[in-house]
Amino acid sequence: MGIEGIGARVARKEDKRFITGKGRYTDDMSVPGMKHAHFVRSPHPHATITGIDKSAAENMPGVIAVLDGEQMATDGIGNLICGWMIHSKDGSPMKMGAWRPLAQKTVRYVGDGVVVVIAETKSQARDAAEKVVVSYEELPSVVEAVDAIEPGAPQLHPEAENNLIYDWEIGDSSAADKAIAEAAHVTEIEITNNRLSPNPMEPRAALGHYDGGEDHYTLWTTSQNPHVARLVLSAFYNVAPENKLRVIAPDVGGGFGSKIYIYPEEIVCLWASKRAGVPVKWVSDRTEAFMTDAHGRDHVSKVKMAFDANNRITGLKVDTIANLGAYMSLFSSSVPTYLYATLLSGQYAIPAIHCNVRTVYTNTVPVDAYRGAGRPEATYLLERTGETAARELGVSPAELRRANFVRSFPYQTPVIMCYDAGDYETSLNAAMKAADWDGIGARKAEAASRGKKRGIGMSCYIEACGIAPSAAVGSLGAGVGLWESAEVRVNAVGTIEILTGSHSHGQGHETTFAQLVAERFGVPIDSVSIVHGDTDKVQMGMGTYGSRSGAVGMSAIVKALDKVEAKAKKIAAHLMEADEGDIVIENGALKVAGTDKNVPWFQMALAAYTAHNLPSGMEPGLKEGAFYDPTNFTFPAGCYICEVEVDPDTGKTEVIQFVAADDFGNIINPMIVEGQVHGGIAQGIGQALLEGVRYDADGQLLTASYMDYCMPRADDLPSFNVSTSNTPCPGNPLGIKGCGEAGAIGSPPALINAITDAIGNNNLSMPATPEKVWAAANA
Amino acid sequence: MDLSGEYRIPASRERVWEFLNDPDILKQCIPGCEAIAKDGDDKFSATVVLRIGPMKVRFTGNVSLTDKVYPESYRISGEGSGGIAGHAKGGANVRLTQDGSETILNYSVDTHIGGKIAQLGSRLISSTSKKLADQFFGKFTEVASQSVSA
Repeated sequence: MGIEGIGARVARKEDKRFITGKGRYTDDMSVPGMKHAHFVRSPHPHATITGIDKSAAENMPGVIAVLDGEQMATDGIGNLICGWMIHSKDGSPMKMGAWRPLAQKTVRYVGDGVVVVIAETKSQARDAAEKVVVSYEELPSVVEAVDAIEPGAPQLHPEAENNLIYDWEIGDSSAADKAIAEAAHVTEIEITNNRLSPNPMEPRAALGHYDGGEDHYTLWTTSQNPHVARLVLSAFYNVAPENKLRVIAPDVGGGFGSKIYIYPEEIVCLWASKRAGVPVKWVSDRTEAFMTDAHGRDHVSKVKMAFDANNRITGLKVDTIANLGAYMSLFSSSVPTYLYATLLSGQYAIPAIHCNVRTVYTNTVPVDAYRGAGRPEATYLLERTGETAARELGVSPAELRRANFVRSFPYQTPVIMCYDAGDYETSLNAAMKAADWDGIGARKAEAASRGKKRGIGMSCYIEACGIAPSAAVGSLGAGVGLWESAEVRVNAVGTIEILTGSHSHGQGHETTFAQLVAERFGVPIDSVSIVHGDTDKVQMGMGTYGSRSGAVGMSAIVKALDKVEAKAKKIAAHLMEADEGDIVIENGALKVAGTDKNVPWFQMALAAYTAHNLPSGMEPGLKEGAFYDPTNFTFPAGCYICEVEVDPDTGKTEVIQFVAADDFGNIINPMIVEGQVHGGIAQGIGQALLEGVRYDADGQLLTASYMDYCMPRADDLPSFNVSTSNTPCPGNPLGIKGCGEAGAIGSPPALINAITDAIGNNNLSMPATPEKVWAAANA
Repeated sequence: MDLSGEYRIPASRERVWEFLNDPDILKQCIPGCEAIAKDGDDKFSATVVLRIGPMKVRFTGNVSLTDKVYPESYRISGEGSGGIAGHAKGGANVRLTQDGSETILNYSVDTHIGGKIAQLGSRLISSTSKKLADQFFGKFTEVASQSVSA
């Protein structure tokens, strides 16, 4: 590596503008004549709309338009859709209920949009929204998934009998049953994965602009994947054909999954900009974000894990009920199925696995992918079950895991995934050493002398990233392919622009992608610019989620760089009258190997554009594009260890140390990887200790501000001890696996295993609030 | 959210019953009541201003008296909309027991809230409801006692 190449700890190029307040977010965008939108939302979890009186609102100062769902329907705007088809085990397709961008007739969760008011100012729009009178007839509502599938539960959608969206299975049920019947020991446990609100720092926003002269729309929006947004807005919502719609996702302040999906507000802003004849901007406030940003997780599972007399896992049977909320969000169906149950083998060789998943509608915010998306659910389930088994069997949790590790690769699991490479024991050993696992006895005794209960817990996670081979996901129901595109433009002065379909909203692509170019061509990263997030600049792309930008996005760049390099070498060879096979690129110059003859990079680039002296028949210019479709998922894995101290008098848990030993394959920028792991662990600790969306029995959202929804803060967290090992991924040219979600996936079970170890009671659910821990410790 | 309480009023059960059905007395006793008008037998419309945590909400809605068993018990219930702040409904089951020359008033209150009030003020509803119930029945006891001594 050079000082800026692959593996270098380069400071992030983008941070200068972020930390000096120079970032350009959707809310910073302004176009002449722009007006402001405010949504009137349902205060009821389930109700029939019996009337909408807009007259008072329409006469309020500054009001331009007050629009409702009937008008959207009249204009032919389509339903929101879920883009991943799942079939139930009886072969029937999932039961997708109609989701209107503005509700017609029925509202199904607190926050469902009913009317939009457009006014000169934000305040005028908000004031006028108060004057809209919507009459409701309340209907019975249901909040918990397990209640929603009970006979007699309130029914949300006529399409979905008993609120059941699909009843799906994977694996071999009879083989798993046989393993359980013949087992020397069976561990049974019920696992709940709590409901979370994603809370990116920047709330969602949209600015829709219809240009009547060109009959063309522009949408600025907080999206992780603007091209997918354009595709869906065009193909399903009938807003405008793709060539008449430009989608721009400028700087975006975090997403964690919640900005993958297309939401009603973007559609409404675009539609309203034509209907009302003015550009329309909407910016979510924080309470609106709690009420409308897709939530994450919310699973309840029953688990049976079978062991033989040698403590080898012989079978696993899982029955999961997943809450998808009031409507099916864009990729919601895939999260509790192919992103979850396919990872239920964990790091272990389990010969028989079966998982049944029922997803249901409830009168709650739609649920979709949140950092990790399915893999945290699988990891939490497996690692809590394994820990419980170790306690029941009276064996070391580390040794029980070690005895069951997959050790030869490739390894075909019984649940679709084929692990390509890994070395789980190395991570386990590294984490145990870093945490001084063997010294816990003395530390427990010392804590006990102070009246504290100390505990230690581990988690060995695996996840699937780099999504995904297009044909494979297509066969599983995905409505899109999951390749990535890249274009490399070498300018006449030798500077380079990389156009990528991967969107950056905190990941640091402007630095890491430039490091890749620096590594290949020896040019400084300051001479490389990364262009993304605009459908008019980048032809097509699938966006950023599932830790895919490195493994898939950068692989596309590699393919385009290969083409650029080949042409550059031809030009240089021609200029130096050498054989192109002898040309090497070093330190920003193209050299004839073994001689001092060279052409500087910029000179070669200039020659490409002057075209005065090119090889016969060569086209001028130096610009190449590529599409990369991965051949497999990638499989980051690692071992996390958490040590806690519980105050038995108050139930408060203090995280004493947190060790992460990850295998991410090759690493482009260790500092950025560490940052990703730190952030992920913070979110995982948030889920395990603090965070939880709560509804009351009437369906009212109670956690809609930071007064009631507890986010992790610096003083909740210890200084993390992170390290990496490396088994390069054989599936992509860079050998990288992805690191964006690992921290959030691996950490919750390690923390809960540590607390339950400390208090000597295994019966504890997330979030482990002081109240719950105290009750469990004193049970 | 449910809560209950008990008050002792130095008046006969029949007098207390009369007061409990008198809109003027109810207006004096309902905390934050700006207006109350009789719409029909046992039906009133009311405007009430309430402070719940950070919010000051003006509710307009209906109050009704149901399940009346003279002079023993009734249910007073209300349902109001606070506009963009959300909505609230609730009621109190009131039971009167004669104890010598005095009357023992038992109540149990239930409240349901929705919208922004629930999102921002749910932590405070229990304490607010307790406070409001105390204010209402405390004031009612005071007014009823004064009427008797007057």
